[in-house]
Amino acid sequence: MALPAFETVPAPPMVRIRSVRKCFGSVEVLKGISLDVPVGGVVCVVGPSGSGKSTLLRCVNRLETVDSGRIWVDGDLIGYAERGERLHHLRPAQLCAQRQDIGMVFQRFHLFPHRTALENVMEGPVVVKGVPRDVARKRAMELLERVDLAGRAGHYPAQLSGGQQQRVAIARSLAMDPKLMLFDEPTSALDPELVQEVLAVMRDLAASGMTMMVVTHEMGFAREVGDNLVFIDGGVIVEQGNPRDVLANPRHERFRAFLGQVL
Amino acid sequence: MTGAPGATRNSEAAGEPHLPIDAVRPPRPGRWIAAAVALFAMVWLLYTIIVNENLHWDVIVEYLTDGRILGGLWVTIQLTVLSMVIGLALGILAAVMQLSGSPVLRGASALYTWFFRGTPLLVQLIFWFNIGLVFPSFGIGVPFDGPKLVEWQANELITPFTAALLGLAINEGAYMAEIVRAGIRSVDPGQREAAEALGMTHRQVLRRVVLPQAMRVIIPPTGNQFISMLKTTSMVSVIAGAELLTVSQRIYLGNFEVIAMLIVASIWYIVLTTIASVGQHFIERRFERGHDALRTKVRRNLRPFGKGSV
Ligand SMILES: Nc1ncnc2c1ncn2[C@@H]1O[C@H](COP(=O)(O)OP(=O)(O)OP(=O)(O)O)[C@@H](O)[C@H]1O
Ligand SMILES: [Mg+2]
Repeated sequence: MALPAFETVPAPPMVRIRSVRKCFGSVEVLKGISLDVPVGGVVCVVGPSGSGKSTLLRCVNRLETVDSGRIWVDGDLIGYAERGERLHHLRPAQLCAQRQDIGMVFQRFHLFPHRTALENVMEGPVVVKGVPRDVARKRAMELLERVDLAGRAGHYPAQLSGGQQQRVAIARSLAMDPKLMLFDEPTSALDPELVQEVLAVMRDLAASGMTMMVVTHEMGFAREVGDNLVFIDGGVIVEQGNPRDVLANPRHERFRAFLGQVL
Repeated sequence: MTGAPGATRNSEAAGEPHLPIDAVRPPRPGRWIAAAVALFAMVWLLYTIIVNENLHWDVIVEYLTDGRILGGLWVTIQLTVLSMVIGLALGILAAVMQLSGSPVLRGASALYTWFFRGTPLLVQLIFWFNIGLVFPSFGIGVPFDGPKLVEWQANELITPFTAALLGLAINEGAYMAEIVRAGIRSVDPGQREAAEALGMTHRQVLRRVVLPQAMRVIIPPTGNQFISMLKTTSMVSVIAGAELLTVSQRIYLGNFEVIAMLIVASIWYIVLTTIASVGQHFIERRFERGHDALRTKVRRNLRPFGKGSV
């Protein structure tokens, strides 16, 4: 079957990271990272503690600024506007607009403790997008149902288990209809028996076509759901590839040593 | 936690005998003696006050609802509420400036709290009352002695009431700044990040996420400040502020019932502070939302141990 030429051109990636460097004081945490995440792709980022995984993720939605390099999400340069030869800082309102399309899930959930599960999920659409409350409530209920927590809508975070809180946090991010979801060790703060319920939600999300960047120590999840596994150590990408392949045949000594510790 | 299926807590259902604890407490004579002594002391004190002829209870009762006293009471309430509201607004402003990235704003805020916490309120009140000696007129126009659009004379603008309000509110703002700052700092930085990740602006983060949580820490000391302010307003009597203490003094300068008038004022101060304490209790409960949930949960979990020992 002869396909028209334009259909064979690869789609532009959802996330394009080029030569990103980042220092904290005199310590260079990211030493030139380049990485693409295709639309609908799931990239799992692994690496030892302090290797810069969180920092990389936080640069993507600009909770941290980069020192050099470029990050594009869905074709938009993050944090700057390119006019002629020079970059111009975006105004705060423009930064907020960029963040709306990027969901982030934190290791320690960070649900708003003074709002119920339902109110947590409604908060973004109502405050940021100005969605009417009844519309936002209906949508929030659907999302809570999707993460299997419709029965807990009226509970405050303190009344929920860690796994339930993390699922509410995922629903809260999804309420903004993001193009991209960032997960920073979403199951690391959970008791072992609660990890699977969160991974199940993330698996569903990946299957529904969401583009995801996931920092995780769950190698099983990476092998099963990930399209690409990236091993970061010392602020550089040491090894990457199809998770099944690289986990079966790790080439670099440091990656092998790391796998020996986590598996 | 839910029990395993088939497990039961009902001891009788499991065939266990019922063993009630019906224990006798050891006698505590010391406690009874102390209570009796305290009770006697209180009754005796009350008796000496009530039968004391020098206290003129009839005068006290008569003046309790005197028009001038009630007028002074109203001024006290107005001064307290207005200076607390303005003080809180100034405090939030100063606290947000203090936590901002700009060194100029931080410096201005630090200067404000440093100066107004460092000088006595009494001095500030007298200063505001006599501000006309330094700035005879205020105007809106071009700064640095340029032409003025509108101009007021200080001695028309500065009444005892406005001087009192200026003094109390600006002084209060300096203290509230510290309280608000501590409250804002008590909020987990992760909360700010989660809100920013949703795309909230700085203002939205502050208003929707940080301040409501900071309130939990801000409210109790603010309640104390309010109660303290009810009484601090009496300092305004040095500039004849027409509040409760000033009118009481005016009355006793006429009828020489010094003690009776002071008791009348004190009774009203106690009534106000009592009402304020009750109000504080309910407001604190309101801002415990989401946190009392945790406490009831903990309490429920502890119940098997707590039972019977209270
Ligand atoms: N705000 C900051 N200020 C200074 N140093 C920081 C800051 N954030 C991170 N770092 C440092 O940067 C390095 C990388 O941190 P990062 O959180 O990205 O590591 P990580 O790979 O996510 O580690 P972990 O697995 O423990 O979460 C660490 O050495 C950390 O101490
Ligand atoms: Mg991390």
